[in-house]
Amino acid sequence: MAKVKLTIDNNTVEVEQGTSVLEAARQIGIKIPTLCYLKEINVIGACRLCIVKVQGARSYMASCTLPAAEGMVIWTHTPGLRQARRMIMELILSDHPMECLTCMRHGRCELQTMAESLGVRDIRFQRVSKTMYEKDESSPSIIREPKKCIYCRRCVSVCNSVQTVHAIGPQLRGFNTVIAPPYNLPLDKSVCVNCGQCSLVCPVGAIYEKDDTDRAWAALADPSKHVVVQTAPATRVTMGEAFGLPPGTPVTGRMVAALRRLGFDRVFDTDFTADLTIIEEGNELLHRVKNGGVLPQITSCSPGWIKFIEHFYPELLDHLSSAKSPQQMFGSLAKTFYAQKAGIDPKDIVVVSIMPCTAKKYEALRPEMEDSGYRDVDIVLTSRELGRMLKEACIDLANLPDEEYDDPLGLSTGAAAIFGATGGVMEAALRTVYEVVTGETLGNIDLVQVRGLEGIKEATIDLKGLPVKVLVAHGLKHARALMDRLKAGELKDYHFIEVMCCPGGCIGGGGQPIGTNSEMRQLRIDGIYKVDSAMEYRKSHENPAVKELYEQFLGEPLSEKSHHLLHTKYTGRSNHPEIGE
Amino acid sequence: MSCCQDHQHYDREVLAGFIEGYRGQPSGLIQVLSKIQQTTGFLPKDLMATTAERLDLSLTEVYGTASFYAFFTFRPRGRHGITLCNGTACYVKGAGQVLDSLEKELNIRAGDTTGDRKYSLDVVRCIGCCALAPVITIDEDVYAGVDPEKVPEILEKYE
Repeated sequence: MAKVKLTIDNNTVEVEQGTSVLEAARQIGIKIPTLCYLKEINVIGACRLCIVKVQGARSYMASCTLPAAEGMVIWTHTPGLRQARRMIMELILSDHPMECLTCMRHGRCELQTMAESLGVRDIRFQRVSKTMYEKDESSPSIIREPKKCIYCRRCVSVCNSVQTVHAIGPQLRGFNTVIAPPYNLPLDKSVCVNCGQCSLVCPVGAIYEKDDTDRAWAALADPSKHVVVQTAPATRVTMGEAFGLPPGTPVTGRMVAALRRLGFDRVFDTDFTADLTIIEEGNELLHRVKNGGVLPQITSCSPGWIKFIEHFYPELLDHLSSAKSPQQMFGSLAKTFYAQKAGIDPKDIVVVSIMPCTAKKYEALRPEMEDSGYRDVDIVLTSRELGRMLKEACIDLANLPDEEYDDPLGLSTGAAAIFGATGGVMEAALRTVYEVVTGETLGNIDLVQVRGLEGIKEATIDLKGLPVKVLVAHGLKHARALMDRLKAGELKDYHFIEVMCCPGGCIGGGGQPIGTNSEMRQLRIDGIYKVDSAMEYRKSHENPAVKELYEQFLGEPLSEKSHHLLHTKYTGRSNHPEIGE
Repeated sequence: MSCCQDHQHYDREVLAGFIEGYRGQPSGLIQVLSKIQQTTGFLPKDLMATTAERLDLSLTEVYGTASFYAFFTFRPRGRHGITLCNGTACYVKGAGQVLDSLEKELNIRAGDTTGDRKYSLDVVRCIGCCALAPVITIDEDVYAGVDPEKVPEILEKYE
């Protein structure tokens, strides 16, 4: 790659051709303010805050879209630039509601932070926009508040180029512009898969998770209810972030302690049903292989992915494992197996989930998810919402002692923990399938080929003469690429595909801390594998509590009872629901 | 797909063939949208979806582009297009009252079409004959110095 040399604030820097001036400056520690910029995702020069002075240029130029060139001379912080940036911010604020004190993003808003750091103390411009779009609360997962939107287009870029869902985009123009589904329809009438990646990148309070904390507080305060909580694999390496711990810090025991202090009657673990998922899904795979079933089998634990395939590839639904996600398996067991064991009427049990995911809220509401005879999962909270509840209750998670999960739905293995990272379900499944098929103990259980942030990963595992070919995709762009290949008949000799909706898997889920980026994803993945290797059991089929569940309640994998409580069906949907029938 | 049950008569196959000609070409979007509007009078939802499918675009992109341009409309048009000028001269000479009268008589708002698809009503800025203010045009006919009370009489001429 050719290099170019340029001067930024009197420092010489050499960068690869094609590097933007903004990134060149960052390489030598010079920070230029940005608002709309998202490295490699949203590079459109929309907000103009990253303007720089270029020697010989007639006007200031946006450094995010300006390629570095040989001999360029750049200044990033002249008095003129400071004045211009302040005016740009004033203009943005002139069309922004000043509701900061009651905004969802109060204190954690990029616009607020940037306005403060630019020294804006007065806005000289009158608000001229007359258009005021209503809040869209139609979706069970995501709230849109268009009046707060600053048109940075980050959400659009993520929805289009990272997830290839295209649920929302800019419509109309000028002050009437709105970022919305086509025809400005509510989100629940669109192809939105509820992944919430938009909510991770919105710099302001224009897109955020549906807040269900009030419902959780009400359940906790109701003495007639027995409130149980489950914690998703990925939450144990992200819950510390809201309390100042570095991304990826395992806080499993401290999270259990915090939940107990919030008042949950039992603190259980979604990891328990993640192990169960492996048993059911692994046996389903073996059944398909032996009986000429539809292959490759595709994982079904990611609800954003499920809605995506239902909208865009309904003809491939037979490939999906019929196994419910761990969240939903937990719900149906909590209100049957656990209710029986504890002698509690299931109608008095409230199941709360702590999830890395906004789509889990939608999944819990799917009409078919009441196999226990009740709504299997009652309240889904994202890790962000749990963080807010703990802060409101003045519980400092970071400084709590470690505590253990409750029995009987609290015991799990390392195989379940790694569900939180891309490749984890595949690795967990192969640890079990290998031993079930060969009857031998797997020596090295770390299947590193399926780990990491590469978009599509591939591995072949030799089950003593039977080569099992697997693929792993995360982020719907990569899932789409695999589905196109599957449709074209190119994946006929593969057996198993893992798909996770969000980049990085659940550790990068749409309900995780705002500002999630690749570096944070990697740190959280590292944390997840740390959790795995520290576990007593690391293969799902070794989980004694799961064995007990089969002995006492389910019978065997894929039994009638398992099918009734732990498996589900999918619904083909239109890829243009916005136009109606 | 059941096509266009809702709009005026036109040759569906010719239009479908035109859209097909842009298969896999997102850059042909404006040409396709223009053709649809010329042919059907507006941009029906089902043809927006067909356009998205053929050109490898999302409906969000197709709608976003179409809604950016004032030229495109998403509502069916009437057989007769009424245009009321609200430029400076017409405004001063009472275009507002003429508009009130038209809206009352047709029972629609500016920008809409009557339920029987007979009339569409639009407001524009200056059609370039200020001496005749206030002015309306219906199809190719120009009505000068319109008296709001004469509006029903004018409309009677159109079938």
